[in-house]
Amino acid sequence: MKEMRVAYAFIERNINLIKRYWGWEVVWLIYSLVNSLAVTYIGAGMEKITGQTLDTQYLITYLLVGTLIWSYLSVIFYSISEMIAWERWEGTIEYTFMAPVSRATHLVGTTLFAIIYGILRTLVILIIVASFFNLDLAGANLPGAVLLLLAGSVSFVGLGIVAAVLPLLYPERGAQMTNAAAAILLLISGVYYPVETLPAWLQVVSSASPATYVIKGMRGCLLHGQSTRSLLSIVFILIAAGTAVIMVGLFIFGRVERYAKRTGRLKRSG
Amino acid sequence: MSTPALEIKQVSKVFIKKERAKRFLNKKKEKVVALSGISMSVSRREIFGVLGPNGSGKSTLIRLLSTLLLPDSGTIHIFGHDVEKEEFAVKRLINRVSVDAAFFKKFSPLENLAYAARLYGMPIRQAREKMRKIMLRLGLKEETFTSPMENMSRGMQQKVAVARGFLTSPTLLLLDEPTTGLDPYSKRDVQAFVREIREAHRATILLTTHDMEEADRLCDRIAIIDEGKIIALDTPQGLKRSVSRRNGQDATLEDVFIELTGKKMEEKEQDK
Repeated sequence: MKEMRVAYAFIERNINLIKRYWGWEVVWLIYSLVNSLAVTYIGAGMEKITGQTLDTQYLITYLLVGTLIWSYLSVIFYSISEMIAWERWEGTIEYTFMAPVSRATHLVGTTLFAIIYGILRTLVILIIVASFFNLDLAGANLPGAVLLLLAGSVSFVGLGIVAAVLPLLYPERGAQMTNAAAAILLLISGVYYPVETLPAWLQVVSSASPATYVIKGMRGCLLHGQSTRSLLSIVFILIAAGTAVIMVGLFIFGRVERYAKRTGRLKRSG
Repeated sequence: MSTPALEIKQVSKVFIKKERAKRFLNKKKEKVVALSGISMSVSRREIFGVLGPNGSGKSTLIRLLSTLLLPDSGTIHIFGHDVEKEEFAVKRLINRVSVDAAFFKKFSPLENLAYAARLYGMPIRQAREKMRKIMLRLGLKEETFTSPMENMSRGMQQKVAVARGFLTSPTLLLLDEPTTGLDPYSKRDVQAFVREIREAHRATILLTTHDMEEADRLCDRIAIIDEGKIIALDTPQGLKRSVSRRNGQDATLEDVFIELTGKKMEEKEQDK
């Protein structure tokens, strides 16, 4: 109970940050929305680009699924990976790290907020983008898609923890390095194209990204009505792999936190 | 004999500073000795002052006690708990007020303090009442409680920082230049509150300051550190007596400070 109260500190803090920096939120939402629309319009314009008759509806949904899932997963990734960078920027890092809070509790609070925030944000983008296109999701397996999304969140929480180590190690450039990590995931996970399009060696790398399975499964659910039962093995793998990544992430974070305390990097400025 | 509030034995801390060089692989590393074999003991309910020139190692000492730094050698025990091995037990007993009031700038004092209260697992209703009481006691006006911190003066922000330090009723409170930037009235408010806290909550207080009058007024004992070493440790009266004897006239704490740290400077100049 006490731990939940402590975890809520991070949820409440992040809600307050959104309220206080609402201008940023609006700008960021517009950026994501326009980005989703721009990518989805590539599908809508494909017939004109190629001069051939194509299943435009399928292409639109294919790209929309990719852009929305990426938007959601990247919110999870950034919310967690920025938990250090944000505190350093505000100058509160020393106070948070000297409080009697375990990193696991810190993470639970940050993650719960990230998932709720990510779902709400993605829903807003979905509703607005859907109004631009005539989407047909009649045969889609929506409960299966939600299950898969939640299972995929676990892995991204783990990846977020690993990435959060960068601002601890590199006070000045760590936050920017997390952008590079996110960009690599975007390239290899088949967000806008099938991973089979990638060179053979990158396909091997893509098999290590949890987003590859989430996006592929989501397309199966939403475009082909793939049954929940057939998704269970992927869901199980995503949760197991995600849990393993979280454990490894916490271990690495603990080691790096100790290193930061040894070298004096745990302070507000670089 | 009861366990001391704080026991420091032979603690050293060295930082490695990398200097930018023309060639990437040719970076020079410079060792900066922040603390060198410091030992001291602070009794329960004592107000213990640490004085020293800029860069003498005061803040490093406070950060070691705050669990934000790990010592290279030596041990630190807070109420019998090893700072390195029993980090959590130590964290529950301490809090800190630093010279730079660090807050979420767009949050109000109440929001910032609520965050701190939750981090320490305090029930929020109880904490809210306590926040108001402490802030009013420190002379902050009720209407400022809900306005963003960035709109407040540095002195007012520092008072909120002091309130945050006291909010969790720490048994060891680390005050790192807590009154820097405060006007004389506010200084008095904070100093009176420090005494009150010691009496009401049986707290032990470690205070670093550049304000000699403040140290003289508040501290039971004072350690003067320079270049990472303790060069004197006594009661304020004891320190002043020792310098008075040497110089044959009444000494203030400032005289003591200049005598002890200044002399070293002269010696260093001669060595050169």
